[in-house]
Amino acid sequence: MITKRIIPCLDVRNGRVVKGVNFEGLNDVASPVELAQYYSSCGADELVFYDITASAEGRALFTDILTETAKKVFIPLTVGGGINTVADFDRVLKCGADKVSVNSGAIRNPDLIGEAAKLYGDQCVVISADVKRVDGVFRVFAKGGRENTGMEAIGWIKRCVDNGAGEVVLNSIDTDGVKGGFDLEMLEAVSNAVSVPVIASGGAGKIEDFITLFKTLPKVDAGLAASIFHFGEVKIADLKAEMARNGIPTRV
Amino acid sequence: MVAIIDYGVGNLFSLQSSFAAIGEKAVVTADPEVIAKADRLILPGVGAFEDAAKKLRESGMAEVVKREVKNGKPIMGICLGMQMLLDKSYEYGEHEGLGLIHGSVRPIADVIDPSLKIPHIGWNRLIVKKQSPLFKYLKDGDCVYFVHSYYAAECDDVTAVAEYSAELTASVERENVYGCQFHPEKSGDVGLKILKAFCEI
Repeated sequence: MITKRIIPCLDVRNGRVVKGVNFEGLNDVASPVELAQYYSSCGADELVFYDITASAEGRALFTDILTETAKKVFIPLTVGGGINTVADFDRVLKCGADKVSVNSGAIRNPDLIGEAAKLYGDQCVVISADVKRVDGVFRVFAKGGRENTGMEAIGWIKRCVDNGAGEVVLNSIDTDGVKGGFDLEMLEAVSNAVSVPVIASGGAGKIEDFITLFKTLPKVDAGLAASIFHFGEVKIADLKAEMARNGIPTRV
Repeated sequence: MVAIIDYGVGNLFSLQSSFAAIGEKAVVTADPEVIAKADRLILPGVGAFEDAAKKLRESGMAEVVKREVKNGKPIMGICLGMQMLLDKSYEYGEHEGLGLIHGSVRPIADVIDPSLKIPHIGWNRLIVKKQSPLFKYLKDGDCVYFVHSYYAAECDDVTAVAEYSAELTASVERENVYGCQFHPEKSGDVGLKILKAFCEI
């Protein structure tokens, strides 16, 4: 049986991890390379590197960091942030990324997903959607969740998958940062609409939130989180042990 | 020295890095002389079978690989590289493979529960069917990382499978020819140990 994946997400700005606190045995928690190695050793199934740099210098630093990480960390690496063209895909794939996630880039240019999927394969293209309820309808937001595109989310995600996205990261703006659990209703709607893997993001605050997610929605393939891992509120080893104890297929 | 055969398919960065991580020198090459001098070979591959098989033939690498295998050199095919070791593939038509392992490559959709997702993507447990030197360091319950929509069928040389409502071929072996459907270079310590074991054959 395929195991449920646990994915820490690292926001990187100017070559440094943005959030990060103290970890035992880690000298530099702001070093993406060190943090990635640490997570890999703790049992993370995959890593997401999110580039939140705006400058060209920062972007070059990011690819250096990615290259360094891919030399030392041997689990799948997904890269997102600032992916607007096929050339951006090429840039990060050459540095050792396995998958590339697109968000605003696909909203601006809906052909991007199809073009990238044709070149690199569906398995390489991840659609990441920031979704929020507006008057009871799931709407896609752009620009890091600041701008309502007006697009209905389920239709948008389906279209991206039809165009060749091989995986969906669903980030619920409604539950993000609240730490009250994943957005099960939104996740269920998306899981029922697509046949590719769905990664839940936004809302996890404790181990039980992941257990509830996988028990309630067996169709969801992975859980993604950032700060709760970075701040040590949830330890990946403990989380996976608890998943295994609950009969959820887990790589321990 | 390990020669990673370069025939214009896929990203070989992680593969090369993973050999560096186990202290093994690996070169990415299409030079028949370098390949002849190498102790062992890696046949990588991602993408579509037809395109990759064509590139392998047109680059002359198919002949080089067959010659080296005949001389007894250990070779490991990875993912699509493993599938190309077989006689043929039914991925979008019917295409000839290297014929170094008997069997054919067929869609996993033929055998899995229709409610399951395709590709078979993620970490799955290796279920050993036949002992192999590649599994020297393997522990019961070890998982490896898969991404594939086709699998090796009608094959007598299966050494391990992964359970995905059906048993999907995870690795094959015939004499000095080895193949992994999964990605050892993306399978953490377990994957590195499989590569290490290959380097010790």
